[in-house]
Amino acid sequence: MPGRAEGGQDRNAAGTATRTDETMHTHTSEYDPHSKDQAPKPPLDPHLKALENEAIHIFREVAAEFEKPVMLYSIGKDSSVLLHLARKAFFPGRVPFPLLHIDTGWKFPEMIAFRDEMAEKFDLDLVVYTNPRGASESISPFTHGSSYHTDVMKTEALRQALDEGKYDAAFGGARRDEEASRAKERIYSFRTPEHRWDPRNQRPELWNIYNGMIRKGESVRAFPLSNWTEVDIWRYIQAENIPLPPLYYAKNRKYVERDGMLMWAEDPRFTALPGEQVQEGSLRFRTLGCWPLTGGIRSTASTLDEVIAELEIATVSERQGRAIDRDQAGSMEKKKREGYF
Amino acid sequence: MTATAPTLAVPAPLAETAPAIRDSRPLRLITCGSVDDGKSTLIGRLLWDTKAVKEDQAAALSRDSNKQNDLGLPDFALLLDGLQAEREQGITIDVAYRYFATDRRSFIVADTPGHEQYTRNMATGASTADLAILLVDARAGLLEQTRRHATIASLMGIKQFVLAVNKIDLVSYDRAIFDKISHDFKELALSLGVRQVTAIPMSALKGENVVYDGRAAMPWFDGPTLVQTLELATTRSTQAGGFRLPVQRVSRPGESFRGYQGTVSGGSVKPGDSVTILPSGMVANVSRIVTFDLVRNAAVAGDAITLVLDRQVDVSRGDMIVSMDGQPMTGLNFDAQLVALQPGGIEPSKRYWLKSGSRRQRVTITPVAQLELSSGKWKPHSETLGMNAIGKVHLTFDEMAVFDAYEQNRSTGAFIIIDPDTNNTVAGGMVTARRTDLGGIHREGQRVLLSLPADLADELMASEAFVARRDEADVRRVSALRAGELFEELE
Repeated sequence: MPGRAEGGQDRNAAGTATRTDETMHTHTSEYDPHSKDQAPKPPLDPHLKALENEAIHIFREVAAEFEKPVMLYSIGKDSSVLLHLARKAFFPGRVPFPLLHIDTGWKFPEMIAFRDEMAEKFDLDLVVYTNPRGASESISPFTHGSSYHTDVMKTEALRQALDEGKYDAAFGGARRDEEASRAKERIYSFRTPEHRWDPRNQRPELWNIYNGMIRKGESVRAFPLSNWTEVDIWRYIQAENIPLPPLYYAKNRKYVERDGMLMWAEDPRFTALPGEQVQEGSLRFRTLGCWPLTGGIRSTASTLDEVIAELEIATVSERQGRAIDRDQAGSMEKKKREGYF
Repeated sequence: MTATAPTLAVPAPLAETAPAIRDSRPLRLITCGSVDDGKSTLIGRLLWDTKAVKEDQAAALSRDSNKQNDLGLPDFALLLDGLQAEREQGITIDVAYRYFATDRRSFIVADTPGHEQYTRNMATGASTADLAILLVDARAGLLEQTRRHATIASLMGIKQFVLAVNKIDLVSYDRAIFDKISHDFKELALSLGVRQVTAIPMSALKGENVVYDGRAAMPWFDGPTLVQTLELATTRSTQAGGFRLPVQRVSRPGESFRGYQGTVSGGSVKPGDSVTILPSGMVANVSRIVTFDLVRNAAVAGDAITLVLDRQVDVSRGDMIVSMDGQPMTGLNFDAQLVALQPGGIEPSKRYWLKSGSRRQRVTITPVAQLELSSGKWKPHSETLGMNAIGKVHLTFDEMAVFDAYEQNRSTGAFIIIDPDTNNTVAGGMVTARRTDLGGIHREGQRVLLSLPADLADELMASEAFVARRDEADVRRVSALRAGELFEELE
């Protein structure tokens, strides 16, 4: 258990092991505030500090009010920030809820490797769930279409996993600046026992007082990053030195250009369409998801600083590479109403 | 550049530079105005000129609609109305949050509809706002709507107003018109106790005095643009006073560690400080402030911290750790103002849940008065407060409650009301004062009877102080002669 060896936290709240306070304040992190070898990390600027404080407040409130919270972990940069904030919120304790990854079977292999590395490093309870029906029917975004694939392997799988785990609260990394229907999402977003979201009848949310009262079977999705923008996410990753999957950084990758999207072409299941030319070039991804649905961008930004520099002059939004948003107008809202995160 | 790129805007000096380290917290603001005032255009313009709208979003806009205004810009309202029902009906039905930034500061805009149900949505948006932009059409001047919006904003504790006199181009940039509207508005704001008012003539459509200045068209105006005003505004500072930490959870990762986790809601704290735990009243000293990054020397309002005390005391979620000096009010009875948010309204003598900070407890609400928004006056009202009503109420608790006055602390003075039947949030409220059973003229259901000459009686009954305490006193109109006789009898 490498996390333990480096001074990780207690595994259970009851505290089977007694530790000195000193041990408990040491923790696994890229930056170790207690090491004398490292230069002190500069404090966060007030803007990021305010966002961080708000997110920690939400994490603690949900953890205290709900019986069985879970954190949706999608391995991307927002999930990475979310995980970092969760570790901060409950320090010196460990994260008091499991992380749930909905694996569609079509994630980039680099994502899966990164996920497992994080779970081990930070001593996390990781639950990986794949829709058994989808898996047995070998559902693929190529043969079944992106919309059906997403419905079954993501939306339906999520519903199944939440039901199976009897989770009454699920943290997600969604931000209001991502997409128009998200701009109206509450921080505590109420869901019926069927996981439906009724955007026209949301509970009012005043100040930072959240209403966590639900009946049996109902649940909330909680969004600690609601007020963050994409730039905030990147600046926070930089300031806090948060590890990210390597897909965010440019490197030579094989790809094809399909429907205006740069599709990664190194998976054994990839087949080029007639007339398609597999190219190789410096590519990175602004968001991560299923590789057949997540377009890359041509970029040479191979470090965090370069990625941020590129982002600050970017003129297209990060979801631009996502097939799901382009299927039809209002498609995100529709998916959300059906239970998509 | 796509076809939807701005054609009129001066090349952007703002967004080209990389965002510097921002030296302040994000400013939260709310925009109020009717649809026709050009609110969507104003917000769209803010997002557009600060480069918060990306090209693909702009392309989606022009794809969703062939509508473009005469400047070749996309229809900004489509950018803002995110829900399908809204696009279909062409209306905004809910609070939406928008984000933009300049190189000096970032902003969170609560964009609330100007339509019906404005009170409920405005109250929601205003609850977290530091500043309100009140939008008026230069051709129309102040409307009843403007008064309503300003009243709600001030009630929710907003102390900074920006009056955006929009469509100034449609009145030929007439300075006299602008001066008249801003004069009237400043009087209105003063009557609400708001002193910080900035009035700006602008054309949101043409982008004048929003992000870029409109000096070319309005050489007579030497004030700041909207964005300059927002950059200089202050974030809320009403969390002064004593230290407040509503305890969210107790952290016990091992036998040797016990910390109280929460967000500082007022004042500051440092190791060595003596604190009181409310409502129990127990006393302890702060031994450490723990955060993930380092053990800190101090924490201030807004910080999410873990506090370690020097002795074993009984502290649980819902308690408040406060400084020994300058403690909040504790008691079973409080005066408050609230906004009813749901169709069922707020019913007298029904038992609700009240949540404030991390504490949830049972409460009974007695309506006393209702605000008449058109006149700004409080009218006696003891029945159910209907949806969107703003009322003065008495709160009665079974167990000790802890509050600051909202005027003193927007965090520990605020609460929400939850209906136990539906679990829905049915009201948001602000505590004004603690009610004492012994002080004043109130005594266990008894009422003081005042027999006064008619003119005095009328005047007294119209006063706010009387309206607020209607259940404590009755006024009877009598002639001066009869009053004299009554007094004799008392003697």
